[in-house]
Amino acid sequence: MTLSRRAFIQRLSFGSAGLTIGLQLQASSFAPADATEFTPDVFVTLEASGTVRIRCHRSEMGQGIRSTIPRLIADEMEADWNKVVVEQALGDAKYGDQNTDGSRSIRKNYDRLKRAGATVRTLLQQAAADTWQVAPDQVRIHNHAAHHADGKKTLGFGALVAKAANLPVPAADQLTLKPEKDYRYVMKKEWELLDGLDIVTGKAEYGYDVAVKDMKIALIARPPVVFGKVKSFDASETLKVPGVLEVVEMPALSPPAAFKMLGGIAVVAEHTWAAIQGREKLKIEWEDGPNAKYDTVAHQAEFEKALEDPKHVVRQHGNWQEAESQAESRLDAAYKVAGLAHATMEPLAATARLTDDGVEVWACTQTPQAAQANVMQTLEIPQEKANSVKVHVTLLGGGFGRKSKPDYVAEAAFLAHKTKRTIKVLWTREDEIQHGYYHSPSYQKLAATFQKGKLSGWYHAMVNHPIGATFNPAARVGGSADLGQGDAPYDVPHMRIVNGETDTFMRIGWLRSVTNINNAFAASSFADECAAHLKKDPLAFLLELIGPDRHIDLQAEGYGYGNYGETTERFPIDTARLKQVLNTVAKQAEWTRKRPKGHGLGIAVHRSFCSYVGAVIEVSMADNKLKIEDIHLAIDCGLAINPDRVHSQLEGAAMFAISNALYGQITAEKGRVVQSNFHDFPLARINQFPSIRTTIVSSDGPPGGVGEPGVPPVAPALCNAIFAASGKRYRDLPLSQFGIV
Amino acid sequence: MIALTVNGKKHEIQAEPEMPLLWALRDLLGMTGTKYGCGKGLCGSCTVLMDNEPIRACSMPLAAVADKNITTIEGLSTDGGHPVQQAWLQFSVPQCGYCQAGQIMSAVALLRKNPKPDDEAIDAAMSGNLCRCGTYTRIRKAIHHAAEQGGAK
Ligand code: FES
Ligand code: FES
Repeated sequence: MTLSRRAFIQRLSFGSAGLTIGLQLQASSFAPADATEFTPDVFVTLEASGTVRIRCHRSEMGQGIRSTIPRLIADEMEADWNKVVVEQALGDAKYGDQNTDGSRSIRKNYDRLKRAGATVRTLLQQAAADTWQVAPDQVRIHNHAAHHADGKKTLGFGALVAKAANLPVPAADQLTLKPEKDYRYVMKKEWELLDGLDIVTGKAEYGYDVAVKDMKIALIARPPVVFGKVKSFDASETLKVPGVLEVVEMPALSPPAAFKMLGGIAVVAEHTWAAIQGREKLKIEWEDGPNAKYDTVAHQAEFEKALEDPKHVVRQHGNWQEAESQAESRLDAAYKVAGLAHATMEPLAATARLTDDGVEVWACTQTPQAAQANVMQTLEIPQEKANSVKVHVTLLGGGFGRKSKPDYVAEAAFLAHKTKRTIKVLWTREDEIQHGYYHSPSYQKLAATFQKGKLSGWYHAMVNHPIGATFNPAARVGGSADLGQGDAPYDVPHMRIVNGETDTFMRIGWLRSVTNINNAFAASSFADECAAHLKKDPLAFLLELIGPDRHIDLQAEGYGYGNYGETTERFPIDTARLKQVLNTVAKQAEWTRKRPKGHGLGIAVHRSFCSYVGAVIEVSMADNKLKIEDIHLAIDCGLAINPDRVHSQLEGAAMFAISNALYGQITAEKGRVVQSNFHDFPLARINQFPSIRTTIVSSDGPPGGVGEPGVPPVAPALCNAIFAASGKRYRDLPLSQFGIV
Repeated sequence: MIALTVNGKKHEIQAEPEMPLLWALRDLLGMTGTKYGCGKGLCGSCTVLMDNEPIRACSMPLAAVADKNITTIEGLSTDGGHPVQQAWLQFSVPQCGYCQAGQIMSAVALLRKNPKPDDEAIDAAMSGNLCRCGTYTRIRKAIHHAAEQGGAK
């Protein structure tokens, strides 16, 4: 069985071990009668001044979560947004899962955050009712005040604090949650960005910017090959660089890599420039170890062998062999997608300071609890002293999954401990690109059989280096490899979905939308190939392929589909919603309008992270050069809690996917990553982007994911458009290798 | 000692003349609004103005900026009131925000030279600034808007 990413992470010794707790605590049985604030749950504190402090327990990396969570709570408790102060929560199991990853901050927390707000509102209502000696239903809580049914008396939130603090916290089943139609902030268009002003004035603090008293800067020369070691080194020239303070050998890494430090030699200096120069002057002889034999290009032969007769069945129904033998015609195609680095605009950074009883850390981390666990493991701090490791979460200059792997936080803690100094570890761009947890390169073989002008069989085989190998070197397949592959929402009588096995030589990790990147590229490109084979309009063919309205029951086929950690009751695979985003985006793009010669339209639709996204891209080809003319996306993500950030995530997802499709390529030679900076790992630039139009399909389903689902359909829509414009089919990403970019 | 004028304020810096301006700003003057993204002049995150010209602070040694007027994001306004900053807020341009100081400084330099740029002029002036989050289309809109609001200030 293939584990979902979430389930997978929970099996690690660190990670999202926490449970949802805290809402059932007493307001405070010890509260004095004149309490000046109260904290009826972990998210909210109400002060007697009327100020509401709301804690955001998820990390902000551009998705707007620091705006979304507090506003959701504020709305539910009827607070006036102008009286809300947002605090960033420390890493602490009391908040439950904090791993800001997997497009689940709202998906997993919506009800819980509403309950937090409703708890406060209910207590305030009771406190006002007690004050006025009336029944609670005679009190209406609205806009930061309690209003008596007599229409005359009102009491501000602050005035109710002392009383509310001494009331028992209501149980979850005693809460009435606000219906969506009553929202004042949630689901409304115009929200200013919480950190917007700080960002545009340069005051926002990222992990890279942290400045703590007496802090020194460390850069690390890491082994170029994973599991490589320092054989010998000479730091004499390094130590002559003005500003360099000392050189520290890091502990060597042994399997599994997990989130452990990579090893190498650290240069500690007064400032970054000295550390950069000092590191350049290190003379290190490496012992590369077994991974030095890895060559990405050569390994393609292994991938091909692995797909000759892959045995790892993800899903099957009907009888593929029968489909093959009865086919009137068939289509076969192979797809390749290169490995990718996250290339967060802010590379990694972490600061650690020793305290009297432990360590204090500041980091741009997606996962403060895993960072905390990683520090504890590195410094051998026992579980009962977890509170002695404080992890502050700064703003993140991009995350995309890289900052949910806290190897860099362990480095800072180790160095602080070793040098007895306060240390900020900085990763340069070269470090970030060469020492990543990569999206694996992959190879895929697809086949389709046809009978009576219809698709009768669908075969999809994929092989990549599994994420699981990062945590268990014996893993050769699986580990969320099936995302966007096993859940193909197609109405086809015979289906066989399989994966091949292979060894792994680098650290592999999840990257925005994970294996949906390669699987959706191949599946949605191949669907377009099938349409061409049948001489059908791609949109009409896709609608036919998806078939009648229904909920696809994968469990019934014996496939242990992870569904992103959600039940299929709450988040079914709903073909009606798929078709709706498809039709919406096609209409928006005027699918049937004739385009000029040399132009082409491509379409794709994909469900991931429990949301549905349709994409139409228009390109033109002139002199064998690609120009993207227009991008259209439509999403059904259930309730869109923060609509502007849903739009911006779609815009960002489109550009992320296009950068990857045009240029994204990480390769290794002798186990070493070849690429090192934006000259050989380029990102798309502004002149490559036309307008983007995004539509949110209105939906009353529970909120699905938003950060990732926009990525998967974009690359296939792009290549389908190139095919429409030029008749040329590209099955191999990135496109830059064909000279058309 | 190297003399430097940043946002109208004179500084005497004790540093090697080869130190890039970026690290002097960030580590020696504590002005972290200017960001590191690549260190090689490839991404534009570190863009500041030198006598009104956009430069990449990561690739500009202190020796080359001595006695010049440097403007960083912190010097654009004290309150975010510059028309370009305002336009950025109005269109909610930033996602993670990390590249935005560089984007804003490039946009300011563009508008000072070309107060009413068309899309092509915007693309030409801004194509040295990478954004991994994908805010380009909003940047374009915000620059047009700032231009209408007299962003050339
Ligand atoms: S950091 Fe200067 S251009 Fe990238
Ligand atoms: S807003 Fe994140 S890199 Fe531009």
